[in-house]
Amino acid sequence: MSRAGGPTDGADARSLSATSTREVRQETMIINMGPQHPSTHGVLRLLLELDGETVLSCTPVVGYLHTGIEKNTEYRTWQQGVTFVTRADYLSPFFNEVGYCLAVEKLLGIEPPPRAQVLRVLFCEMNRIASHLVWLATSGLELGAVSVMLYGFRERERILDIFEAATGLRMNHAYVRIGGVVMDLPDDGLDRIGDFLQTMPGRIDEYESLLTRNPIWIQRNLGVGRLSAEDALAVGVTGPTLRAAGAARDVRRDEPYSGYETYDFDVVTSDGADCYARYLVRIGEMRQSLRIVEQCVERLREPGPVMVEDPKVRWPAQLEVGPDGIGNSPRYITHIMEESMEALIHHFKMVTQGVSVPPGEVYVPVESPRGELGFYVVSDGGNRPYRVKMRDPSFANLQATSQMVEGGLVADVIAVIASIDPVLGGVDR
Amino acid sequence: MSAAGVAERVRATYPDVVVARDEASVSLGREDLLAALESFRADPALRLDFLSSVTATDWPGRDPRFWLVYELSSNDLRHRLRVKVGLHEDDLHVPSVTGLFPTADWHERETFDFYGVVFDGHPDLRRILLPDDWQGWPLRKTEELGGVDTRYHGAFIPPVDRRTP
Repeated sequence: MSRAGGPTDGADARSLSATSTREVRQETMIINMGPQHPSTHGVLRLLLELDGETVLSCTPVVGYLHTGIEKNTEYRTWQQGVTFVTRADYLSPFFNEVGYCLAVEKLLGIEPPPRAQVLRVLFCEMNRIASHLVWLATSGLELGAVSVMLYGFRERERILDIFEAATGLRMNHAYVRIGGVVMDLPDDGLDRIGDFLQTMPGRIDEYESLLTRNPIWIQRNLGVGRLSAEDALAVGVTGPTLRAAGAARDVRRDEPYSGYETYDFDVVTSDGADCYARYLVRIGEMRQSLRIVEQCVERLREPGPVMVEDPKVRWPAQLEVGPDGIGNSPRYITHIMEESMEALIHHFKMVTQGVSVPPGEVYVPVESPRGELGFYVVSDGGNRPYRVKMRDPSFANLQATSQMVEGGLVADVIAVIASIDPVLGGVDR
Repeated sequence: MSAAGVAERVRATYPDVVVARDEASVSLGREDLLAALESFRADPALRLDFLSSVTATDWPGRDPRFWLVYELSSNDLRHRLRVKVGLHEDDLHVPSVTGLFPTADWHERETFDFYGVVFDGHPDLRRILLPDDWQGWPLRKTEELGGVDTRYHGAFIPPVDRRTP
């Protein structure tokens, strides 16, 4: 494909050039980056138009991971919705669950007990660290810092071990439920988190000592993929990518939910507006998340209920983590199978029909590791959602790709995509 | 500003405002959409300068059948407003807001992809999540979810959209 003139096609070049070199310069190349490309974080496809090593235009193509999550929720009960939305942005499952449950709870007009809210904050912030660690690990790998990849995934495994001990699953936990969370921490839960809090700050220092003043890391990131706050807001960018441009927009502080207003933490910003600034912001956010987790651990020393009492809302089964993972509590099984017919009927009705939610519509945003994750949920009064729309931050953030890479080098596309940290499960839903 | 405050401010020009569950939403005609969004952004008391999301809902058998939903928020004032536009089934056209909010580009493409609503003036209105040659508008209530009958050892399980709860 030919193009009328490249960006280097200035007047000087025109006057100097022989016909043959001009012919060569006018040749542009269209290449596909992805959808099967390890640096596109899943199945993102970029249509790049190149003039040599320079990117003339970039068109992101998404949809390869569309699984119809929003449509599916309309055919399941309200409680079952949790298991669908958690699978959208698979690196931040707790945020999907919390956002969805907050929206349904707002429609129901209920509030989960304080301990459940603290557990939600705890797991969200642990999840934020885990998600930022995947970002750090994959970005490091893509930009040649392979050891960072090993360290990032190493620490993430420790977080996932805690998730597994508490929820039974490493990902897609379905741990947050309408009216609270499905069960309390295991007996050694706080000790495990305490151990993690002991070692993690030192590990973040290690990452910083590897990267922050590393000349290669700086050259690959500093000044690359610039996006001003004004431009970012216009194309709908939120989260670390926006805060790295100096705009301190954070749902946790601006529209607090689950008691975030009672925690001490800073909204980390930077003014570099480039890939390096986004690195600094995410490193800073991991430290802030650790601060919040510490405060959660203190609050969790007092026992308390983790689910609303209302039998018309709460999930009837009682789960516990057995030696083989998660399961129904044997005591509860005995109760419904041998002791109380009414309990069995209630269990059956709640599991098959679920709760009825009063008609109405709500939009509930939460601050996911990638920005504003919003749930627009509509009920027509039935036992199934009428509409669940997920405003996924990666979807909006990816729109800034073209602006950030056009005019730059092909190699910088990798750094830019890594710095946006898109998760295609969330983009495509 | 509180949701009630936002509603009060908006009500002066667009009277169809509702506050429910501490969220303000205003319904208006598509001919007013662009002017309204522009004025909400320019009004120093509202400054609704960020568009979070665009989507739609489908209500077969009602008129208007489709409701477009725009979620606006203010960066500085930290309040929100929902703008809703009803569309009749036989005329699914609405002006694109991409000129005011460039972020609407993909959100409108998604709404077109899911519901078949045409955003007039959109620079590149193509399907975004579904394949380009997909037939139909999958998020409409009249579209089936899909799925297969399952038989196993004499048991029969229909696809989820034909199950009775």
